[in-house]
Amino acid sequence: MAPGPPPAAHPRGLVPPAAAPSPRGPCPRARRAGGSVGSDRHDGAGGRLPRRRGRSGGSDARGKGRKYRAGAEVPARWRRWRRRGTGLAAAPRPALALGVDPGGGRLSSCPGPNCPGPPGVQALLRKLQSLVEVPGRLRRWAAPGGEPARALRCHARARAVLRHYRHLPSFRAIEDESHAIMADLAQRLRARLRCGGTYPGLTECVEMLLQLEEPPEELCQEFLSHAGTRLEAELAALEAELPVADPSAAATPPPASDILDFVDRGSSAFVGNLCLLAASYRSLFEGRPGAGDGRLEAFAASLTARYFQLLERRLGLERGLGDTSLLVRALDRFHRRLRALLELLPAAGAEAGAALVARAARERVDRYLRALQTFFLGCLGDVRQALAAPRPPGKEGPGLPDLLATLASSILGQLKAVLAYVQLFTAKDVAFASLPYFKGEFCVEAVREGLVVAFVRWLCRTARGFADGPAERGAPAAPPALLLLLARLCLDYEATTISYILTLTDEQFPPQDTGPVVTPGPALCAEARGAAQRLLDHYVQVQGAAVAQMLRKSVETRDWLGTVEPRNVRAVMKRVVEDITAIDVQVGQLFEEGVRRAQSSDSSRRAFSVYSSSRAPGRYAPSYTPSAPMDTHLLSNIQKLFSERIDIFSPVEFNKVSVLTGIIKISLKTLLECVRLRTLGRFGLQQVQVDGHYLQLYLWRFAADERVVQGLLDEVAASAAHRCLDPVPMEHSVVELICERG
Amino acid sequence: MEDDAPVIYGLEFQARALTPQTAETDAIRFLVGTQSLRYDNQIHIIDFDDENNIINKNVLLHQVGEIWHISTSPADKGVLATCYNKTSDSKVMTCAAVWRMPKELESGSHESPDDSSSNTQTLELLCHLDNTAHGNMACVMWEPMGDGKKIISLADNNILLWDLQESSAKAVLSSSAALEGKGQLKFTSGRWSPHHNCTQIATANDTTVRGWDTRSMRQIYCIENAHGQLVRDLDFNPNKQYYLASCGDDCKVKFWDTRNVTEPVKTLEEHSHWVWNVRYNHSHDQLILTGSSDSRVILSNMVSISSEPFGHMVDDDELSDQEDQHQEEKIKEPLQDSVIATYEEHEDSVYAVEWSSADPWLFASLSYDGRLVINRVPRALKYHILL
Repeated sequence: MAPGPPPAAHPRGLVPPAAAPSPRGPCPRARRAGGSVGSDRHDGAGGRLPRRRGRSGGSDARGKGRKYRAGAEVPARWRRWRRRGTGLAAAPRPALALGVDPGGGRLSSCPGPNCPGPPGVQALLRKLQSLVEVPGRLRRWAAPGGEPARALRCHARARAVLRHYRHLPSFRAIEDESHAIMADLAQRLRARLRCGGTYPGLTECVEMLLQLEEPPEELCQEFLSHAGTRLEAELAALEAELPVADPSAAATPPPASDILDFVDRGSSAFVGNLCLLAASYRSLFEGRPGAGDGRLEAFAASLTARYFQLLERRLGLERGLGDTSLLVRALDRFHRRLRALLELLPAAGAEAGAALVARAARERVDRYLRALQTFFLGCLGDVRQALAAPRPPGKEGPGLPDLLATLASSILGQLKAVLAYVQLFTAKDVAFASLPYFKGEFCVEAVREGLVVAFVRWLCRTARGFADGPAERGAPAAPPALLLLLARLCLDYEATTISYILTLTDEQFPPQDTGPVVTPGPALCAEARGAAQRLLDHYVQVQGAAVAQMLRKSVETRDWLGTVEPRNVRAVMKRVVEDITAIDVQVGQLFEEGVRRAQSSDSSRRAFSVYSSSRAPGRYAPSYTPSAPMDTHLLSNIQKLFSERIDIFSPVEFNKVSVLTGIIKISLKTLLECVRLRTLGRFGLQQVQVDGHYLQLYLWRFAADERVVQGLLDEVAASAAHRCLDPVPMEHSVVELICERG
Repeated sequence: MEDDAPVIYGLEFQARALTPQTAETDAIRFLVGTQSLRYDNQIHIIDFDDENNIINKNVLLHQVGEIWHISTSPADKGVLATCYNKTSDSKVMTCAAVWRMPKELESGSHESPDDSSSNTQTLELLCHLDNTAHGNMACVMWEPMGDGKKIISLADNNILLWDLQESSAKAVLSSSAALEGKGQLKFTSGRWSPHHNCTQIATANDTTVRGWDTRSMRQIYCIENAHGQLVRDLDFNPNKQYYLASCGDDCKVKFWDTRNVTEPVKTLEEHSHWVWNVRYNHSHDQLILTGSSDSRVILSNMVSISSEPFGHMVDDDELSDQEDQHQEEKIKEPLQDSVIATYEEHEDSVYAVEWSSADPWLFASLSYDGRLVINRVPRALKYHILL
């Protein structure tokens, strides 16, 4: 409202010297109205003039034009009415008092010693005087650069009286002139409204227009549209910070300021102003017709929607992980400001705001999931590199257990760190954490299922992918050591890690009893175990195939008919034993020993060779004796009756012995099938004999059941004998000698 | 269900070669070739009497060497071709020849099995497929549904197309193609497609499957790395011209659409060792037979990629007349791709499986130890397919 000392400050009509110089003091100006025709230059000097001179202002009014001369006669008439004592005179008086007193207090209550005549008359005169002065004052105050508020106040005070005495021409003239001035003012105010300005200015403007009894409907429309422009401008300023969405550009430049800054500016500028606007709108138009039909709500809703959109876009620009605490703080601030706004405007989009926060949080969690995945792949890359790195001779690289430990602990560490970050969203001091979404759904669906469970699932799937992948069709195959490592990792996950992670998650993000169904731990464990099994089986197949390939080539490319008498074990057999020994070491680093058949108590090499030599003559018996073909057939079938069917490519158990048995089975079965496709001479058979014995010497110790090794080698020998044109076997002692020599 | 039991026949020798008598469409008859390095090899003609569940056999001597592959003419019941090992001193050569069996054996004889061994008969040699310049013969293929005058043999890295002239007494090499490339390339097996007017064959070498046009003798498609390891066998879908099955040492059976050589249409992984043989049923191509060195024979039902429409296309009008609603539902329920049965009658590696040319519900499998097993498609499935 227009400032200025209240009328009561001048109780006796005497202007206190201190107040006099104030350009806004109502008194001096009023008095000098006639003399200086709207000029404010002599305010200070005029203020000191004694009140009495003011009373003779009637003559001053003459300078203003004819109308006022007519007005000057009014007091005389008044007096006449009063003398007659008519009721007509009695009635207006209180009206006059009411109309003039509050503002021009000095006029009505000026029974000072200087005042001539009875106080009643004097007061009346003063009132009339001030009425007459109204247009002048109005003109002065309503003039551009003047004080429209005072003009309004003045007009408001005078209006009722003027309207009442409208039938008197002199009053009507005053009223008309005031109206004209005020209409003029209204026009200027509208112009000001139109060209915008500060909020307080806008509000003031509208308030004054309302006092001028402009139609409120139109005004509130205008008010909103102009306030809207200002808010739009603020939104545009925010939008200007966002880089233009350009799908063709590979990477939009990162935003200039961080998200907290953005939200801060958004909330201080936009949300703050919207609050102000809502408040002033309420105070301006509350209860006025045509303003309460949800216009403000609709207006605010559309603007906040845009603001949300901008914020959403800004959030979308958050790349990578950035600083989650910053994001949480930003969202928190946003949420708090929004809550303040919602108290004023419940319809401004509370749902949308909460949803925005929830979405941002969810998005962040998803991003963490992706980051975890990337991290895991990075770790795998490191492991692969460590596995592939050439090692200087004599210096052992990092062992598989170390690699596994590093891999497992860094993944777990990363997961924990991520959980800690995500926990920021549910911290107690964060306002939006109390939203039902963050208490229930967020914990369960976003964090537990969307992050932890999803990651474990993805990990198992990815690991499994190394076994299932189309490795044979172009893609670089995973090194076997990696398969083994991942198998162990998945197995460890099944055994302990998964339950640990889930417990940790449930502690940090307690699920609600009524919440949605969660993936049970055992289901995840089963997935991990499935992946581990698949990986280990694949490891066996890959390693077995590698050894088998060597054996196959060696059998296919050799001329078994024309070969010379064997003097050595073939190099490929030594290589096979070396490779299998290396595999044994590799598997032993990560897997337990496993159980062997108890019967192999004769586990020293010496004892075994005795054992096998005692058996040896019998092994080749069927093929030596050129008996009837039926006999051979019968013997081999009888032999098979007592041996179990051996599945070559079959699932293995999670221990070293089982894995090695699998690989040996694959290798020896290959040898068997390949020998059956060849035709051998006498020395060819003898070479197979030597090779077989060598394999038996060195491979039995790796297998779960040495009878499997022996059974397969027996079949190889039998098949070789069948395929031999001249089956004369080598003396067993010679075979042993050759093998011992290496 | 008694007659669903397998029928087993034992040979005295080891054996890999098995074929149905292709030209025979009434009697169930298979030919088995033996492998023995020290005794005269034989071809056993196995007649299966379906009604009495009895096997009758006739033995023919095949004295030139052990048999690695055997195939029969599609036109003449009495004509067959073998690939056999000829051993001389320190050299083994695999040769191929076309033979005629004695007239009275063509349609089976009903001699008692006892005397058949005493008066074994010999094959009559029609002609040799001269391969001195081409290397070891891997297999001989007859033109499907042809007049029995065109054969293709695979010798090392060569494809040889022969014309049999003068009642098969003379084999003339009409055209040939050689597979060039790094290393020693060697065809392991091949099949002649019954589609496209019999102008296409498919071959396998190492891990690759190739298609050839027999008119131009040029390669028409190539499935690189069809299997992780050696490809052992191929077969064409008899009803879908672009569909091809392959099997190999990676224990897998793969189904290909030869128009898309990058990915198999379907992969089966049921065997626990190398798969040596894959055969489509001649009439119902959803039935797939595979034999493996894990000593098992597996019959699979590959409905989803067969020519058989999914479910049964029975007119609704017909159905509405029938009162039994339950049966309708059962009929309409489509079958899933599945393993129908695993046959474990063998105790050694199974190197050959073949469908009978006369009875589409019957098949034979042969393991290395000389055991021939005759089995039938389970009745339930048979009725499901037929009804």
